[in-house]
Amino acid sequence: MFELRKDIFADERDDSLKEVGRPTQRQDMLGHVTGTSAFYDDHRFANLLHLKILRSPHAHARIRSIDDAAAARAPGVKRIIRAADVPVNLNTLLSLIQFGKDDEPSLASDVVRYKGEPVLAVVATSERAALEALALVRVSYEPMPAVFDVEEALKPGAVSVNAAYPKNTFEYYNKYDHQKLRFGDADAAFAQADIVLDERYQMSPIEHAPTETNGSIAVPDTNGRFTVYTSTQALFFSLDTAAKINAMPSNQLHFIGGTVGGGFGGKVDTLTEPLAILAARLTGAPVRHRLSRHEEMQFGSPRGGERIYVKDGVMRDGRIIARKVRAYFDSGAYTRLSSYAAVKCAAHIPGPYTIPNVHADVYCVYTNRTPATAMRGFGVTALDFALECQMDKGATAVGLDPLEYRMLNAYRDGDMKAHRREAKNCALIECAQVAAEKANWPLREEFRRMSSRAGGGAQRTGGGGADRTRAPASAPAASPRPAPATPHRVSYERPAAAAPSPTPPPPPRGPAPPSAPAPAGSTHGAPRFSSVFGTRRR
Amino acid sequence: MKIPVQFRLNGEDVAGFAESGANLLEVLRESVGDLSVKGGCWQGTCGTCTVLIDGAPRLSCMTLAESCTGKAVETVAGLRRGADLHPLQSAFMERFAAQCGYCTPGMLMAAKALLDRNPNPSREDVVDAICGNICRCTGYEPIIAAVLDAAGGDSRRRA
Repeated sequence: MFELRKDIFADERDDSLKEVGRPTQRQDMLGHVTGTSAFYDDHRFANLLHLKILRSPHAHARIRSIDDAAAARAPGVKRIIRAADVPVNLNTLLSLIQFGKDDEPSLASDVVRYKGEPVLAVVATSERAALEALALVRVSYEPMPAVFDVEEALKPGAVSVNAAYPKNTFEYYNKYDHQKLRFGDADAAFAQADIVLDERYQMSPIEHAPTETNGSIAVPDTNGRFTVYTSTQALFFSLDTAAKINAMPSNQLHFIGGTVGGGFGGKVDTLTEPLAILAARLTGAPVRHRLSRHEEMQFGSPRGGERIYVKDGVMRDGRIIARKVRAYFDSGAYTRLSSYAAVKCAAHIPGPYTIPNVHADVYCVYTNRTPATAMRGFGVTALDFALECQMDKGATAVGLDPLEYRMLNAYRDGDMKAHRREAKNCALIECAQVAAEKANWPLREEFRRMSSRAGGGAQRTGGGGADRTRAPASAPAASPRPAPATPHRVSYERPAAAAPSPTPPPPPRGPAPPSAPAPAGSTHGAPRFSSVFGTRRR
Repeated sequence: MKIPVQFRLNGEDVAGFAESGANLLEVLRESVGDLSVKGGCWQGTCGTCTVLIDGAPRLSCMTLAESCTGKAVETVAGLRRGADLHPLQSAFMERFAAQCGYCTPGMLMAAKALLDRNPNPSREDVVDAICGNICRCTGYEPIIAAVLDAAGGDSRRRA
């Protein structure tokens, strides 16, 4: 089932890995199969109180008044928590790393900006008592126009969603309304391209749906501290966030967690801990704040929806000479982590392909939707969906095999990326070759011989020289634009001067031969071969 | 109003009082103290809280505790015999059939119900047996492989 292909790049590896390729039992597995792993809710406390949230039924509304008198008198109710009770009722998650403005209240005070936004909390002796009390709260709302579409939100005169960002875009460095990437001259290259593909992609929000919902229990300790059992994926991140919102030093909080019933990014938002701690402070009792399945699915932050426009300029021989991307991240009503997702998206453009002219604008946009958050590769996943669909369309347009089209355009070692970084330790071509082999997908001989090493076995833009940074749309494009492409095959053999040998070329030798003693310092494999630190392949 | 409930849990008699209308999941976790049973949706959709009642897999969050009077309830807490793991537990460990571990108790009980009545299930039988249990981490393939391994009763099927 698991196979290590050590034959690939064998000359660059010293096989010092001690664990990879060998089975190792996980230390938490016995607990999982015996039902003894302690999740946050597997701790029991006498006189536990339960916190439930009253949520906005409107996507955008002004709160005129809140009448909670009847709820406060309801059986079992110990405390009502209102916006004014929250010590620091405005926060943004990444403020811990000085990234972005505080924009999200724990409990809304004047305006609700998405359906499901917390307005008030009830603390009672049982979940049922808390829910019955919530039903007695009367809130008078004045509904306001709402915006649910990222591009609508950017139009002049659009509803302003988030008071901290009135133009509905996150501000990078308090100044820029989007992430920008420029490399070469995409527009000039489009004019020379044989084919221009302009496409639109949309990915909907996706809920993580962990089997364990978000939750926490805050327990007053005897020394003025609070012990917090939590489902969080980010223990110290949540600790600091909870300390900030409760205006208390973080050494008064002891967070216990790490056993998480599925997270996938949906348990980094510190959704429950701050109010559980506040409730424990206000009542002196242990308080559990557990999201119901309905709350988890409807109001737990999802992967954000993304809209991505990709425009490619492609030559008939299959080379992509220009790529223009316009991407909109739907952050929902507040920032959470989408500002960072847009940075990741911009950093990933144009995908693992050497394209000499790249132009991208990536926006983090506010709408009256549930705030979005992290989820498995967020920022990159939807972009890759768009780019790889685009690659298939490009291959079809020029009549190339989709895998060969990707291999033709793949990064080779030494290529200059649009971000002005040299591509290192590339392996897409080798991955494609192995995948093709496994799937019995026929590759032509020249593609079976291709390599990610410098040069790489195909004549491409700029000829593999060091000069790709400035390579504009290249010469073959000067011919008039042809009729729609029909399937055809062209050769990607390297120029005669660098004709490939029938067998794979001998691996290029760096100054340090593979058999040489490892350099001083760490001999661990990962840093030496990672794309960030790896310098070994020449 | 509290009502008395009494049933056998993993071979031992247990008794206590519960709110009328309380479900078995709540009584097991809050009154009896068996925390091996997990709640995932509390509305009968995810299978996380699966226990065996008289040998049949049941959703404890949708089962009235009072309806269990006199019945035999099995949870994952009663699966191992002393230091020895149940073959399903060993196979789940060997096959990496748990990641976060939250669906695992319910998954194990659904699988046990199958093996108790059909010691030699086909792959389709296994899929059918766990089709009411949601796993969001590992995917289902390692779980299916583990159940088939456990049914085989030895480790010969290991990859």
